[in-house]
Amino acid sequence: MTEAKQRQRSLLRGAVALLAAAAIYDAMARSGYFAPALLPTLPTVAHTLFANLSDGTMIGHAAFTLYRVTFGFALAVAAGLPLGILMARFKYVESFFLPLVSALMPIPSFALVPLFMLWFGIGNLTTILIVFYAAAFPMVFNTWSGVRSVNPLWLRAAGAMGADEHKLFWKVIIPGASPFIITGMRQAFLRSWIAVVGAEMIAASDWGLGWVIFDAKEFLNTDVMLASLIVIGLIGFVFERFIFGSLERMTVLRWGMMRAATG
Amino acid sequence: MQDAVTTIAVDRRLDRSQAGERLRLIARNIFPFVVAGTIWEIVAWAGVFPHRLFPTLEEVAASFVHLTITGILPRHALETLIRLLTGFALAGIVGVTIGILMGRSRRAEDILLPLVSIGAPIPGLAYAPLFLLWFGLGNISSVLLVGFVSAFPIIFNSWTGVKAVKEIWVRSAQAMGADDRHLFRHVILPGALPYILTGMRLGLAQAWRILVAVEMLAAVPWGLGWLIFGARKFLNTDVMLAGIVVIAVIGLALEKLVFQKIENYTVVRWGMISS
Repeated sequence: MTEAKQRQRSLLRGAVALLAAAAIYDAMARSGYFAPALLPTLPTVAHTLFANLSDGTMIGHAAFTLYRVTFGFALAVAAGLPLGILMARFKYVESFFLPLVSALMPIPSFALVPLFMLWFGIGNLTTILIVFYAAAFPMVFNTWSGVRSVNPLWLRAAGAMGADEHKLFWKVIIPGASPFIITGMRQAFLRSWIAVVGAEMIAASDWGLGWVIFDAKEFLNTDVMLASLIVIGLIGFVFERFIFGSLERMTVLRWGMMRAATG
Repeated sequence: MQDAVTTIAVDRRLDRSQAGERLRLIARNIFPFVVAGTIWEIVAWAGVFPHRLFPTLEEVAASFVHLTITGILPRHALETLIRLLTGFALAGIVGVTIGILMGRSRRAEDILLPLVSIGAPIPGLAYAPLFLLWFGLGNISSVLLVGFVSAFPIIFNSWTGVKAVKEIWVRSAQAMGADDRHLFRHVILPGALPYILTGMRLGLAQAWRILVAVEMLAAVPWGLGWLIFGARKFLNTDVMLAGIVVIAVIGLALEKLVFQKIENYTVVRWGMISS
């Protein structure tokens, strides 16, 4: 069988599987075994999603969540990137921060939510700080290992060709470490996205996709919950695929640091 | 006098150079914590934050000891661990099975991959309210959610692992007359194991993170997440911090003790990866 044909069959099977799953779900929802409030039919979910999108509430919630996640993530990058680089370049920075980072890293960010709620109240600040906490560690660790794994041969070659510290840093170390740094950003964003949803649920404010889901539970609005789940999944997917994917294409793939996966 | 002191010091150092090396390593690792602890103490004593919200380290240690002796903290930790292990065992069994199936059969891959890919990018905790509605507050929801969330990395890694088994190993085993069962047990499973273990590691880490949050939301009677969340209502910041310390220690222990041991016994010993 040719590759194209095989691929076509894979697509067909995938589509059939999705349709079948949707049909089973809908049949379950319509069977009357379960309360319709708990298991809304797919058209209801689609209708709610559309209604909430068109009257702007869902967009408002998404905007709040995005604001918190990007703010916290940006803070984490701004703090984690320099710290990771410093740790890799200077031995004493490493021996001071590495034990601290290793000790704090295994604390799940959610465990800090109640504490941060006491310290910083409910709302934006707590959520942003939780996102920052979740995202900072992958950022630090990946940057650190990235800078350390820069091929020493390149450093010596650049040094022999007369590069000064400044040039060495910008032209050799940063590009050399960039695959790790971008992986770190990816992981950091994934973690932030999880953290923001959880933090919004626990530290209930009044806007945000996590809060919508949790709030909808109180009123048994399962359709709203499922609609928000779809939005959350889509935003996460878009970030992962398009933003980080294109970041990777623009930097490391172009510089030939990594090869694009084929197939 | 000065000379004598230095000589003794040097002699001792020569005698115990190895012990000294270790001691210095420990000291170097402890130093950052001493600094951080001192800063904490200064902030706590200076009263930048209200005392109830920012207790001194002695108070945290005291409430840690008190909670441990009275058996409250161990019970919370035990219940959390049981939940974690039940959920994770569920995820391990289902995840590895689905992953291997997807790696071995094209049909299973075509059918399951779209379903799995749709579920995976949604943060696990977002499902929590849905699970709470469907399965009620308490244990069943939290165990199922933990299992559900940690299954995804296990599925993906097992799938990749099976696909990454070198074609040449499979073919040479077949040429040497291995039947399907032999092939699976002696070639594919060991070949995929490094990936499967990585998946389990990721899954367990994720399960641990989610579980803490789920316990806060699911109103379980015992559990570390609940301990922290409940303590907030009474402004027992010392109890919260003690709980957070236990959570960190368990998380670290799961990673270092459990998984590194398993890796050493299996894939490292078989020479699949270097330790």
